[in-house]
Amino acid sequence: MDDNRPVIEVTGLTYRYEKENVLEDIHLTVPTGSFLAVVGPNGSGKSTLLKLILGLLRVQEGKIRLFGEDINRFKDWQRIGFVSQKANSFNTGFPATVYEVVASGLTKKIGLFKFMKQEHQLKIKEAIRSVGLSNYMYQNIGELSGGQQQRVFIARALVSDPNLLILDEPTVGVDAENVRSFYEMLEELNKERGITLLLVTHDIGAVSDQVSHVVCLNKYLFFHGNSDEFKLHEMSHLFGHDVHPLSHEHLEKEFSHDS
Amino acid sequence: MIHDLFQYEFLQNAFITGMIIGIIAPLLGVFIVVRRLSLIADALSHVTLAGIAASLLLEKKLLLVGLNPLYLGMTFSVVGALFIEKLRAVYKHFQELAIPIILSGGIGLAVIFISLADGFNTDLFSYLFGSVSAVSRADLYTILVISLFVVGIIFLLYKELFILSFDEEHAKASGIAVKRIHFIFIIMVALVIAASMRVVGILLVSSLMTLPVAASIRIAKGFKQTILYSVLLGEASVLGGLVLSYYIDLAPGGTIVMIAVLILIVTMFLKKLSFNKPVKNGVKS
Ligand SMILES: Nc1ncnc2c1ncn2[C@@H]1O[C@H](COP(=O)(O)OP(=O)(O)OP(=O)(O)O)[C@@H](O)[C@H]1O
Ligand SMILES: [Mg+2]
Repeated sequence: MDDNRPVIEVTGLTYRYEKENVLEDIHLTVPTGSFLAVVGPNGSGKSTLLKLILGLLRVQEGKIRLFGEDINRFKDWQRIGFVSQKANSFNTGFPATVYEVVASGLTKKIGLFKFMKQEHQLKIKEAIRSVGLSNYMYQNIGELSGGQQQRVFIARALVSDPNLLILDEPTVGVDAENVRSFYEMLEELNKERGITLLLVTHDIGAVSDQVSHVVCLNKYLFFHGNSDEFKLHEMSHLFGHDVHPLSHEHLEKEFSHDS
Repeated sequence: MIHDLFQYEFLQNAFITGMIIGIIAPLLGVFIVVRRLSLIADALSHVTLAGIAASLLLEKKLLLVGLNPLYLGMTFSVVGALFIEKLRAVYKHFQELAIPIILSGGIGLAVIFISLADGFNTDLFSYLFGSVSAVSRADLYTILVISLFVVGIIFLLYKELFILSFDEEHAKASGIAVKRIHFIFIIMVALVIAASMRVVGILLVSSLMTLPVAASIRIAKGFKQTILYSVLLGEASVLGGLVLSYYIDLAPGGTIVMIAVLILIVTMFLKKLSFNKPVKNGVKS
């Protein structure tokens, strides 16, 4: 595998669930070591793009390369950590400790029919410490607060030492103060451990200081640049009248059908 | 009783089978409960009933003596499990629809087979509610093989089964062969149901998979502990139920289940008591 290639290369990607395209002709490059934020209104296809990159949805048109390898041939999934948008809506009654949940992040790395070794246990404890939850290691995850649970999922994504960490709106339900420390933690991961970050977020204001690149998505990708360039743009210009959120189009169509 | 246990083979069969089932039913039950698939166990047990009825019908009409109803029951159960998976894929957004479809299909088939047979020589009743005297050596060996298989698989695939249960999307994104693991899982469920039905009866099989787990979830910390307590409580219910039913001559299946219910009620009170202690910050219920 060639490590000089960008971590993610997306070319000409178009995707539809039903008839209508949700993503159209997306070109995107995520260089190694970058911290890229994807912003866009609800229903603009952000989660869909992530799911395609993670192999949760099958590519219909266009190409995705991960670490230089075509996604259909890519096998090294333990190099990619993922924190999903739904992570904080899991079954809170699930009887699993923080330790067990984080350990599940090593499943692929340990491998089929193999068992956990001492080095793995150390890794798990280290990951839990790195998100500041050492005191909660053997608590059931349902007994933690929403923000703490989110940290557990970060630890689960980090435990396999990924080169790329993908996060889908990880700060939903986290209070403002914790959001700041959360982004500081991400910055540290990016700067000190060299982990490439791909972050979907609504509050670009909170991260614009930390991220290196910004992408604006609304079915089409209409801004792609580093964060300094992004700051030059007016936010109102980006989210203003010349942008038509896909979800609104849906609504309008439904209304016109009804009448 | 100990004396009788040494003397009568049928008692030994029933007890050993009971002990084995007391382990595997709650063991697999933990995964079933946390994945919210409890009702699938119910649906499959009714399909198993259809298999048993079919087998008894064949025995009566074609004089196929020596055909152990366990085998056809197991076959039906596995086929039913595959059907459920198919239905769940077709009705992606109404996955629980598969359960009433399979459940009523199973009962419908069973009733047809029973009416075709015009009544059975063998007591169908013992399959419905379980029986101590009905377990043969051959049953015992079959059940033993199934159990070794199931325990072995759970031991080998524990990590994968856990990640699949906790977060299926994460499992997929990690590159786990989710579909294959789930397939193996559902086959195990079908097998354990067929194996358990001899002692606890078809109508009560699912309770042995869910009640000890329901009790254990309330008192355990973590997944492994939940498994451990479930197996211990399941085993306690089976042993207690068998001994009690032997002495006061009750249906073993019913007695086992009622003990499991009793244990569940006790754990509910235990939890209440521990809630009176101050709880740590960040508790969310
Ligand atoms: N499973 C699905 N089946 C059909 N349509 C879907 C599905 N998932 C998403 N969509 C549609 O695709 C579009 C993009 O959805 P997506 O979840 O990618 O948006 P998003 O940018 O992540 O939105 P949000 O900010 O609300 O998370 C929406 O119009 C949505 O209705
Ligand atoms: Mg989304």
